[in-house]
Amino acid sequence: MPNPIGIYRSGTTSILFKILPVKEVQTQSDGAPGVSLETVGDATLVVQLSGDWRMQKNVASAIPVQNAIETSHVRSVRFDAKALSSWDSSILIFLTKVTELFRQKDIVTDREGLPKGIRRLLELAEIVPEQEGARHATDSPSFLARVGTTTTGSYIALSEMLRFLGEVTLAFVKLVKMRARYRTADLFLIIQECGAQALPIVTLISFLVGVIMAFVGAIQLQQFGAQIYVADLVGIAVVRDMGAMMTGIIMAGRTGAAFAAKLGTMKVTQEIDALITLGFSPLEFLVLPRMIALCLMMPLLCLYSDLMGILGGAAVGLWMLDLSWTTYYHQTVRAISLTALFGGVFKGVIYGVLISLSGCLRGMQCGGSASAVGEATTSAVVTSIVFIVAACGALSVVFYIIGV
Amino acid sequence: MNSESPNGIEPEAQITVRNLTLAYGSFVLMRDLNFTVKRGEVFIIMGGSGCGKSTLLRNMIGLIEPTEGEIFYEKANFTRSDAEERRSFFRRFGVLYQSGGLWSSMTLAENVALPLEEYTDLSPVEIREIACLKLALVGLKGFEDYYPSQISGGMRTRLGLARAIALDPEVLFFDEPSAGLDPISSSRLDDLILALRDSLGATVVAVTHELPSIFAIGNNSIFLDSESKTAIASGDPKELLAHSQNAKVREFLTRGERRPGE
Repeated sequence: MPNPIGIYRSGTTSILFKILPVKEVQTQSDGAPGVSLETVGDATLVVQLSGDWRMQKNVASAIPVQNAIETSHVRSVRFDAKALSSWDSSILIFLTKVTELFRQKDIVTDREGLPKGIRRLLELAEIVPEQEGARHATDSPSFLARVGTTTTGSYIALSEMLRFLGEVTLAFVKLVKMRARYRTADLFLIIQECGAQALPIVTLISFLVGVIMAFVGAIQLQQFGAQIYVADLVGIAVVRDMGAMMTGIIMAGRTGAAFAAKLGTMKVTQEIDALITLGFSPLEFLVLPRMIALCLMMPLLCLYSDLMGILGGAAVGLWMLDLSWTTYYHQTVRAISLTALFGGVFKGVIYGVLISLSGCLRGMQCGGSASAVGEATTSAVVTSIVFIVAACGALSVVFYIIGV
Repeated sequence: MNSESPNGIEPEAQITVRNLTLAYGSFVLMRDLNFTVKRGEVFIIMGGSGCGKSTLLRNMIGLIEPTEGEIFYEKANFTRSDAEERRSFFRRFGVLYQSGGLWSSMTLAENVALPLEEYTDLSPVEIREIACLKLALVGLKGFEDYYPSQISGGMRTRLGLARAIALDPEVLFFDEPSAGLDPISSSRLDDLILALRDSLGATVVAVTHELPSIFAIGNNSIFLDSESKTAIASGDPKELLAHSQNAKVREFLTRGERRPGE
């Protein structure tokens, strides 16, 4: 092997520490891919390829070749593939790497010794030069640039959101004037989808949340023999906040996501374009019925969820705390006020507005691909839940201040 | 490009495009496009992939606002129209979209009926009758109550066509009508387009790069070139094939075959 690996030069030291796969690289044809180098005359390097070149095995390293051309004055290169038994794309990777090395060093490359298939594939890969400007800048922008981009990005996102809100408001004005155009059949279908069909999941979640809260309270209250106040605890918590909150989160995941996915897909399949060129406003035709449906169904679902939560608490009261139905019932009725009930339902309506707005906004903002629909859906659920929790906090403060 | 009468618009012009610039942000696709589509013509927008054919069409039907320039339908300015005027323009359009744009939650009959419900005062029974007639015209009789997802790709294209002709439009726009169709379906679609054009007297604007379709239906065209960002040829595609001096146009129209000696 006239390949003097090991000469210390500042440029090659880093490479020398990387020569780990030497063993495989220089193995002769025992099945593994083999490369051996031989210098013929003073300036011609012969690269001998042997063995099976399979992607499942290791791809041979180009480093020995690099060392060879850096340490001697090679002017031209030939290939010898007589011992090569089989090959696939792994050999092409190796050959494009070494070709690039030879090109950098202005070494004349003669590919005659390679099988015809390999030569043709290499030519195909080289025939169209890299388009200038096609490669995006890969260097990551500086910290300040990222801060700037994010800031302008959030500004644009906020103004888009406000614009959408404005358009929706205008659509509602048209609705009040009875001039909005949408299909009533669609409205009823959406009401069914986000109302009646949501009942099973709302039942399950609300009942279990009632049970959980009753358990948490029961353990503490039993210590004082005040089990009966479990009814107050569950009743007030569910009616004031938890009923609306749980319904809101269920509907964000269920209906908000469905809105975004549906509108996003309609955008991808050009259904929305087809509506626009027929003179329909997508806001009136698609967004309005969805908002109306959810805003009508949320208070009903919210009331239903309150009932289920209280029943969940009652189940614990009856079977764990040995309270009677009537005791539990009267205690609950005493605990919850009509104002609290209306406060909870009002919150439910607000959540309904927020869920349908975020779902429809993300759907309408959707790009033109399948992955964009996925992103729109995710974003719709995240936006809805953030808005719900923020609104819940804000409304609780407002209710406290006005003394409800 | 064309000789113009004093008010600037030829009397027989259905569509006049003036100094139209197409751009996405700062990326300019086409610059200063000028052309006229005459009444009753089948006007083909040709060009390589990604040169802005579909974008030009989307500008012409108002889905994108042009960066610069104006589009006129007969003598009315489409680009500068307000929302109410737009509706009267839309009433005169029929559009067949590249990916169909069929409303997946509606049956075939409802798809065709929706434009009629929007723009006419006919009774539901009459609307249903017209919708069924339009479906019969494109060979979809008997499928009225299917949903778009239940029919084949070729049938969906024809459904799109039925919906496009629902309102007996003056101008029909086709975006890649024969994309994804087998050669026989594609040629039937061409015949159908021509038959409908002749009987409805509509003007057709089609984006396509299916050569057989271009020669079968087109009698005027514009060739967009992404390198020079402008239209490098216009006229009857058959004439262009025979006489165009532009190598790019001829290469396109002959599928890359070169004349001997070129």
